[in-house]
Amino acid sequence: MAPKLPPQQPLQTPAEQGNDGAATAGHVNEGYHHGPSGLMRWLLTTNHKEIGTLYLIFSLSMFFIGGIFALVVRAELFQPGLQLVQPEFFNQMTTMHGLIMVFGAVMPGFVGLANWMIPLQVGAPDMALPRLNNFSFWLLPVAFTLLLSTLLMPGGGPNFGWTFYAPLSTTYAPPSTTFFILSLHIAGISSILGAINIIATILNMRAPGMRMMDMPLFVWTWLITAFLLIAVMPVLAGVITMMLMDINFGTSFFNAAGGGDPVMFQHIFWFFGHPEVYIMILPAFGIVSAIIPTFARKRLFGYASMVYATSSIAILSFLVWAHHMFAVGLPLVAELFFMYTTMLIAVPTGVKVFNWIATLFQGSISFETPMLFALAFVVLFTIGGFSGLMLAIAPADFQYHDTYFVVAHFHYVLVPGAVFAIMAAVYYWLPKWTGHYPNERLGRWHFWTSVIGVNLTFFPMHFSGLAGMPRRIPDYALQFADFNMASSIGALLFGTSQLLFVLMIIKCVRGGEKAPAKAWEGAEDLEWTVPSPAPLHTFDTPPQFHHREG
Amino acid sequence: MTGVQRTVTRTVVVLLAMFVFAFALVPLYDVFCRITGINGKVENTAQAMVRDSIDESRVITVQFVTRAGAGLPWKLEVLNRQVRVHPGAATEVHFAFTNHGSTAGWGRAVPSVSPSEASLYMRKITCFCFQEQRLAAGERLEAPLVFQLTRDLPDDIKTVTLVYTLYPVDDKPLATKATSVVPGGET
Ligand code: HEM
Ligand SMILES: [Cu+2]
Repeated sequence: MAPKLPPQQPLQTPAEQGNDGAATAGHVNEGYHHGPSGLMRWLLTTNHKEIGTLYLIFSLSMFFIGGIFALVVRAELFQPGLQLVQPEFFNQMTTMHGLIMVFGAVMPGFVGLANWMIPLQVGAPDMALPRLNNFSFWLLPVAFTLLLSTLLMPGGGPNFGWTFYAPLSTTYAPPSTTFFILSLHIAGISSILGAINIIATILNMRAPGMRMMDMPLFVWTWLITAFLLIAVMPVLAGVITMMLMDINFGTSFFNAAGGGDPVMFQHIFWFFGHPEVYIMILPAFGIVSAIIPTFARKRLFGYASMVYATSSIAILSFLVWAHHMFAVGLPLVAELFFMYTTMLIAVPTGVKVFNWIATLFQGSISFETPMLFALAFVVLFTIGGFSGLMLAIAPADFQYHDTYFVVAHFHYVLVPGAVFAIMAAVYYWLPKWTGHYPNERLGRWHFWTSVIGVNLTFFPMHFSGLAGMPRRIPDYALQFADFNMASSIGALLFGTSQLLFVLMIIKCVRGGEKAPAKAWEGAEDLEWTVPSPAPLHTFDTPPQFHHREG
Repeated sequence: MTGVQRTVTRTVVVLLAMFVFAFALVPLYDVFCRITGINGKVENTAQAMVRDSIDESRVITVQFVTRAGAGLPWKLEVLNRQVRVHPGAATEVHFAFTNHGSTAGWGRAVPSVSPSEASLYMRKITCFCFQEQRLAAGERLEAPLVFQLTRDLPDDIKTVTLVYTLYPVDDKPLATKATSVVPGGET
């Protein structure tokens, strides 16, 4: 196995290479100030590592809040009939769960990882725009405090599903909807600023000698994700602005009475929404592409094809949006067009899965916790991909649409997909962040309880969905009782097992087995050349990157 | 300009362009649907009849569905729910609005055609749906629809359904009849 990089001494390499990466790296350094301490230090920090930590802590807290909402939903669905909550509140719980998990947990989680790892992986001293970085983080607590506060407002919080279809979210919406729109605007601005920063960092601040095709895949996938964010977050902003105007200023974008069109809402929303689901999975592909080669002790199979597959997924994701709308009465040509483009996306996705498996083939594999999560990702994400393919068949989707089958599909791609990838990343990079290895025993317990919990929760949903159980209802017909009981037990198991995750993190921050700079034997990227824990300032002098030979 | 500044400027330009694009989608969507005839939108102004010979060999069933939207105590009825027509022939159908409420008000019937492909071949020569209607309390108003299905209607379309949904027009003064301009949609 050829090492990807020769050993590096980052601090003694000459900086001036005439490369624009080196030139900007020096200049950004001056942005550091080390005055305030305590709370002010965190409020004002411009350090990518501290901001990364803030993002990750925020994401974890949202993960728990969103998780509690999900448990309220599952508790009500434990048995048929209405036991615990009113249907109105139930709807608020499903909506808030979706919104918080998507915009509050998964997206900030990936941004946190990007903040921590992208500068380390490209050999930059910090993000390109450190102050903007601080601002984009602090927008998030504002946005989500506002969003959560709508639950306490008269008429309750948003109750129209995370997809907020008009006219449910306009004509029939609770009065708090204006605040919901505002909070989504703020969260959107935060994502946009984060994306600008990531693009600027990756394009301008790579270590001298690192070409685009030398970048680790996590960097690549994030670059493409950031472009997706730039392209579609403004569309989300546009659509919620139209809602705001329909609600407050008497326009009729989505109101048929005034000449508008509610179906157009769905088109615009999904034009944002489908790329958005890829925003939540592409960085996960990058993480898994870092972990699998490390623990298989082999180079990633098909690096270039991974880059091309990610790019083609991103481009195709703009051409498939109406697969969420097969049942609105699209004309036949549109049904066919969106059916085929959707199926086409499975091809580059399949290339990726193939490459991961080929990387494992004949590797000398060891099963540390990050690897366990990454392997579970490959298997379970693929199951979600397959149910996606079933949904992509337009005539079949007429039956599956708005049933629990769809819920099963997107939870398979998002929970053991995106969320497991974030957890894998946390286990993988914790030694770099804290200088200690995560507790392997605790990690294993967390992994197995999570895997069992996830499958117990979401696998039965395939069956209840195929049997016709509609999504977003607080009560259901008796024949679905057993599946739902299983799902609820699974959800409780998955939810409580996340306490192990927190325990593991706390223990790892406090102490544990000391990790060397290169914490994992097979790890090859630049971040493993700096000491563990990574000092506050790394790569003040850009390292010289040596292109590895094929 | 440093590299970072250049990148930031470019991304901000893309951002603004996409924001404008989101709003541009509204008219684009409308134009697209109108040209392709998808989405069942029909021309909402009077169209001239196409002087065509009548295709006696084909008989198309045209059904009418009327629905009352929320918030208006009115009823819209169609006097013949279903007619059988030859492509090319003009047909007149009568509708009746009744205001069951105790106040006068404005209402508007919004049409939609399904299958949506048929909307390109549905020509309305006269329709009550071209304007808003004003009804006094308890008033009943009969209004005609004259339409023609053109001869180039695709062969596989055997049934066409026209749906009218009644919506209130709130922001109109009750006395005068002004044409309202509706942002975000066609008038
Ligand atoms: C092979 C790849 C995939 C295919 C073919 C696919 C296909 C589909 C289809 C056809 C639907 C619409 C089902 C319906 O509403 O009737 C759907 C829904 C959904 N998919 Fe996928 N999908 C794929 C991958 C993904 C990935 C990677 C994610 C996210 C990480 C994702 C997230 C979602 C979500 C969130 C929904 C439901 C949205 C909602 O209505 O609330 N999908 N998918
Ligand atoms: Cu989609």
